[in-house]
Amino acid sequence: MKKLINKPDDVVTEELQGIEAAHPDLVRVFYDPHYIVRADAPVQGKVALVSGGGSGHEPMHGGFVGVGMLDAACPGQVFTSPTPDQMEAATKAVNGGAGVVHIVKNYTGDVMNFEMAADLCRAEGIDVESVLVDDDVAVQDSLYTAGRRGVGTTVLLEKIAGAAAEERRSLKEVADIAREVNANGRSMGMALTSCTVPAAGKPTFEIGDDEIEIGIGIHGEPGRERTKLKPAAEIVEIMATAVVDDVPFKQGDQVLAFVNGMGGTPLIELYVVYNEVAKFLKGRGVTIARNLIGSYITSLEMAGCSITLLKLSDELIRLWDAPVKTPGLRWGV
Amino acid sequence: MLAVTYDDVVRFIQAYADVIAEQKDHLTQLDSAIGDADHGINMNRGMKAVLAKLNGHASGDIGATLKTVGMTLVSTVGGAGGPLYGTLFLQLGAATSGKSELEPADWEAALAAAVDGVIARGKAELQDKTMADALVPGRDAYRAALEDGASFAEALRRSAAAAEEGMKATIPLVARKGRASYLGERSAGHQDPGATSSWLLLKTVADTWAGD
Repeated sequence: MKKLINKPDDVVTEELQGIEAAHPDLVRVFYDPHYIVRADAPVQGKVALVSGGGSGHEPMHGGFVGVGMLDAACPGQVFTSPTPDQMEAATKAVNGGAGVVHIVKNYTGDVMNFEMAADLCRAEGIDVESVLVDDDVAVQDSLYTAGRRGVGTTVLLEKIAGAAAEERRSLKEVADIAREVNANGRSMGMALTSCTVPAAGKPTFEIGDDEIEIGIGIHGEPGRERTKLKPAAEIVEIMATAVVDDVPFKQGDQVLAFVNGMGGTPLIELYVVYNEVAKFLKGRGVTIARNLIGSYITSLEMAGCSITLLKLSDELIRLWDAPVKTPGLRWGV
Repeated sequence: MLAVTYDDVVRFIQAYADVIAEQKDHLTQLDSAIGDADHGINMNRGMKAVLAKLNGHASGDIGATLKTVGMTLVSTVGGAGGPLYGTLFLQLGAATSGKSELEPADWEAALAAAVDGVIARGKAELQDKTMADALVPGRDAYRAALEDGASFAEALRRSAAAAEEGMKATIPLVARKGRASYLGERSAGHQDPGATSSWLLLKTVADTWAGD
């Protein structure tokens, strides 16, 4: 294992210390237990947004704490859900009296820990609404699986719901907007290489030099198929077809197209992918009204990408365009 | 041995922490085949925290100590293992609250409560390829052994043996819960890591309490 770390056990704490050192104007960091809140929390009268998940997906979620996005983020160990005591402490720290939305990616551990946390918070009189993100079309949604995984749509949802909360919308309205984003967003990922969890010290999965995994999860979970490396145009065709046919996105729809890097893929390749996505959607008569290109929901140093499409209403566009000021996303301010 | 003392319970907790530390890499390896390669790491972090918490805090109350184990696991393990093993120990603790020793029937009730708690938290059914596939046969074999008139030690051994069989029977199963379920048919052919750590738990109980 070759990584820029000191000790594997200290990675998460030292990353938080780095965030604290870099962005004291935007966030405050707590260590016992681990959570990050926006610098001016709690904001009285504003619905607060709390998310969290395993570390290793940076900038998600800690990099999205700030004005116009999350009020708090709870980082777990690498690829491991955070714990209820973190979520409870973060929820209390940001509760401004208008209620708190928990944004939970659909993974068994995250769901169970957030359920326990929501129970604890409600027992103390805090209104909590939980919103589940499950947008990964690589997984069949059936009674026989844990359901679809939460991936790329999470980033878009946190931005849009954050904008709605900033407008002082009610708890129910903010939660409903978040659920609308989840209902209209779909994603699919692919990997060129594996990733190495620092504490594990070796790659999460084996993959040949000439192989790719289509439908990969953000923790290196296997996807739909293992195939030989193909040109970007063919890979995008497979991924975009799966995404577009799922909602389905129709001719005349306007979408936000999000091409995300998995951590080890340079921007030059993400733009190659975006070009193919744009051509593909043009062929389907779907208009790209907004886009996001870069590494925002990553899987450590995995090389690869994901494609997320979100069907946009004028209202969602307005909320997307609203000002945001976080370590990871910043515009309009 | 007829009754389990407070010290026996502490010895079991220490022994389970040792077993998890020894089996850490094996559990993580099983998890990397069908999950996210952290089960051994997480359980080891949790049981280490448990030992640190219990060090020098001999309450004499079995229930209180088991609850402390549960709360510590919930706040240190993370993932799915944290809520599930946390719930398991919290339920063991609730069922043995205030007790300074356990009779065979007390362990039957505690094990039943713990298994019910895990199933309620994880919403798993038998053959979903989860912890329940080791815990449920372990619980049932213990109860059946007591009904057969077997000794406490024998009942614990049969419980561990049934859990081991249940664990091995997860190998051909297609996972229907947890991260492994994303694999569908590809999850078949691998032993479930959660069922494995659950077998280790019942085996450690037997090894600690059914000693000669």
